[in-house]
Amino acid sequence: MSVQVPPPPAAPPAAPAGKAAKTNRLGLEMKIYKGLDSTLCNGCGHDAITNGIVKSFFEYGVEPHRVAKLSGIGCSSKTTAYFLGKSHGFNAVHGRMAAIVTGSNVANRTLLNIGVSGDGDTASIGLGNFMHMVRRNVQIVYIIENNGCYGLTKGQFSATADKGSVQKGGDVNQMEPIDCCALAIQMGCGFVARSFSGDAKQLGALIKAAIAHKGTALLDVVSPCVTFNNHEGSTKSYPYSKEHEDPLHEVGFVPYFEQTTVDYEAGTTTSLTLPDGSHITLHKLGHEYDPTDRTRALDLLHKANRDRLFLTGLLYFDESAPSMIEQMTLVDEPLATLPASRLRPSAEALAKVMERFR
Amino acid sequence: MVLGFPGLKAGPRWPTGVRMAITQEGGARPAPGVQPVVNDVVITVATSNGTGSQSANLILMRTIFQMGVPVSGKNMFPSNIQGLPTWFTVRANEEGWVARKRDADVFVAMNEESIVDDLASLRPGALLVVNKPLASHVTRTDLDVRVVPFDDLVVHVCKEAKLRKMVVNIMYVGVLAYLVGLEMEEVKGAISRQFAKKKTAAATNTEAAVHAYEWATKNLEPWGKCTLARSDKTKGKIIIEGNQAAGLGLVFGGLTVLAWYPITPSSSLCENAIDYLDELRRDPATGKPTYAVIQAEDELAAIGMVVGAGWAGARAATSTAGPGISLMSEFAGLAYFAEIPSVIIDVQRVGPSTGLPTRVSQGDIWKAYHLSHGDCKHPMLLPANPRECFEFAAESLDLAERLQTLVFVMTDLDLGMNNWMTEPFAPLTKPIDRGKVLDEAALSKVNEFARYKDVDGDGIPYRTLPGTNHPLASYFTRGTGHTEQATYSEKPHHWKDNLDRLVRKFDTARKLLPRPVIETMPGAAVGLIAYGSSDPGVQEARAMLAKKGVPTDYLRLRALPIDVEVREFIKNHRVVYVVEQNRDAQAASILRLEMPERAPAIRAVLHYSGLPLDAQSVVDGVTQQEAMS
Repeated sequence: MSVQVPPPPAAPPAAPAGKAAKTNRLGLEMKIYKGLDSTLCNGCGHDAITNGIVKSFFEYGVEPHRVAKLSGIGCSSKTTAYFLGKSHGFNAVHGRMAAIVTGSNVANRTLLNIGVSGDGDTASIGLGNFMHMVRRNVQIVYIIENNGCYGLTKGQFSATADKGSVQKGGDVNQMEPIDCCALAIQMGCGFVARSFSGDAKQLGALIKAAIAHKGTALLDVVSPCVTFNNHEGSTKSYPYSKEHEDPLHEVGFVPYFEQTTVDYEAGTTTSLTLPDGSHITLHKLGHEYDPTDRTRALDLLHKANRDRLFLTGLLYFDESAPSMIEQMTLVDEPLATLPASRLRPSAEALAKVMERFR
Repeated sequence: MVLGFPGLKAGPRWPTGVRMAITQEGGARPAPGVQPVVNDVVITVATSNGTGSQSANLILMRTIFQMGVPVSGKNMFPSNIQGLPTWFTVRANEEGWVARKRDADVFVAMNEESIVDDLASLRPGALLVVNKPLASHVTRTDLDVRVVPFDDLVVHVCKEAKLRKMVVNIMYVGVLAYLVGLEMEEVKGAISRQFAKKKTAAATNTEAAVHAYEWATKNLEPWGKCTLARSDKTKGKIIIEGNQAAGLGLVFGGLTVLAWYPITPSSSLCENAIDYLDELRRDPATGKPTYAVIQAEDELAAIGMVVGAGWAGARAATSTAGPGISLMSEFAGLAYFAEIPSVIIDVQRVGPSTGLPTRVSQGDIWKAYHLSHGDCKHPMLLPANPRECFEFAAESLDLAERLQTLVFVMTDLDLGMNNWMTEPFAPLTKPIDRGKVLDEAALSKVNEFARYKDVDGDGIPYRTLPGTNHPLASYFTRGTGHTEQATYSEKPHHWKDNLDRLVRKFDTARKLLPRPVIETMPGAAVGLIAYGSSDPGVQEARAMLAKKGVPTDYLRLRALPIDVEVREFIKNHRVVYVVEQNRDAQAASILRLEMPERAPAIRAVLHYSGLPLDAQSVVDGVTQQEAMS
């Protein structure tokens, strides 16, 4: 069987002195995709995700000016300052990035939106807005940096904390966790993935695939809080996550501009096509899993919660749903920059309306 | 003929038993020995909501308008879809006084639920038209009573039993045509207009109105105290609701993103805007919309979408009422501090909490002016009539982009949901203003772009839009403390300098906002200040006060913050009375803070019953305080 697979790993980016630095298809160096230095705690999972974003956008060759970075409030939401320093960014209010991006998406349909949120920002204060954003199929790569706690206010449980997980002070969470992936699938999201900040390879492939997705792409990335939720008894600690991560498949990404063909043993790998012609490859590991089956995806998440499984990979994929912009059939140009002549109807049109009220 | 104010027109009662010859269909009827008051009448109809009475009431209003007599219609309805009492008051007045008036001259009682209170509320001598089954409640002897068997009459014209409770409403219009001299041809015309898309309904209603009119002429004693006669005072005018006008204003103002959440009394503003957008704002070549409308999941999201869209360069607005404003509070602070163009139209209603959702108030002024946490203040526009609803809704989009801030348009339920007579709207002449936006071409001519730097000394910085392809373009928008370059800062001087610049920007706003309207009277030492839907009541009150020997100057506030004209007005009067429809003198308080040296001279006349302001309340408020001073 012949499927498309990723090209071999790129050489390390550090170029020896005197040689030109590695550039992407736009001729841009990786540093263009970086932002300010992180001010998060040393070893924070979020920084690994930031690196994944930098690398993925670099490798994909996204034009930085086309990107809008959005976030809510919290440790995770600070990270939009740490990548894509040449892109416009908007660190909004707590839990409301979903509403902000809904507005900015319709204002300028050509922007590539990347949102970074946390489990408190998305699953508690912002849950309603998040669900409705997904329901509308707003164009965004939405990353939840999920550490099961409120880091910036010193470690309170968040709504994604697993039942039975222990807080730093010893409290045990008695409530069911909110599974943003399951909710997103239920709301019709066509790209739902779970990953781990410690699994850079899988995360990178998923971010690149999410960039190519049309509509909302949700990445729920378990990202341990090394300061407040990294202790024995926590189910979101680094050691626990490292030990328990169980990838459903090996995720690869083949961008449309680098198609290669490699033979795989029949039945071991599936390929999913993205709207721009890029492909996601899923190489079978221990699981029999089809991410295009919505019912099965929800069933899997239910079992994962019940049996305390930390399953990662592409949970659900469906490119058929129209994005919010497509549903609205908006004009092709950004509404933001339409000339005044296209914004104000004529004086005759006004006179005609006035006639109706005489 | 007696024209003028309440109390001046009470004539002798029509002698009982005298029948008048009907010489023409409708029109004024001279009565032997009695001169009726012409074109000065208040008619209130009490019905049950959800019975279609609103159509009949609009037909009544439209008929008077078509007869050339200035008219207003105020709907006092419950927060309910079907079955609770509702009242509609039509005021016709040759001189153009169409504010709400407290006492009805004519009362149509159709609702059993409210009949006892309705009867008790009537002034002596009022004409009562009462549905026969309710007649047993009438024990007062100081009313002119006409009992009409509406339920029997409707059977003759409406075969379908389930439609009768709707058709019966038009029959009181037929009866009123006889009693107060509505021209039946205009009644018929108004019916055809109201049911333009429902020919059968138009025919049934016309037949019913005529039947009731004919029955009344044969069976009812005429009234003769007040009558309506054709005039020419409504020529060229239109009748429109403020919410229709404001919706239209957004469309002609170049709105590109509308995000909203349904709430009374603002919903119809957005719904009207949506209809006009659909009709007028499609690309001629492709038919695709040049706008986006999002019905949000709540008001938090609605303003979030507006802020997100404004950030990305859209002309974005939302419309809501008091409870929605409360939910929008956090984003209001972000829009203020991150300096993002955004517009909120507040169609005010009675609060706090859910309050009286279908009654009018101007109770959000203070809250909206300072909405959000920390130091915030927002420019607000204060339209007083549908024409200003249209113009200010459009202008708010320009001001939001020019000032890079949240701009409020404060209307209210009376203005928004009632029908107002007004001049037709003139085309907007000011070109659309996109404010200080640096695009690629502009950026290539500058050495530096600092998002929050006051380059021009007016407090308004320059901005770039996401998507701008230039190395200088990007910046990071945040609600946290920031430098001129939009980088994070907790340094005290950065914080203070920025807040001080925002004050400079607010002072710039004073110069850009709509100017007040000032009307003077010779010898006036007293000034009146009012805004919004209070205008008709205040106008009428001035005439009444002048007759009492209290001439007044009048400044109609059309925006906050104030500028020099308002300061001068307050300075130049012994005392100013700020008339407003809230309990706590909200605008007066803002004026006192602006001019602490004149604070004792800034007094308040307050009306907060949930009903539209009437002139008598203003007269009473002013004369009582003048008597004490």
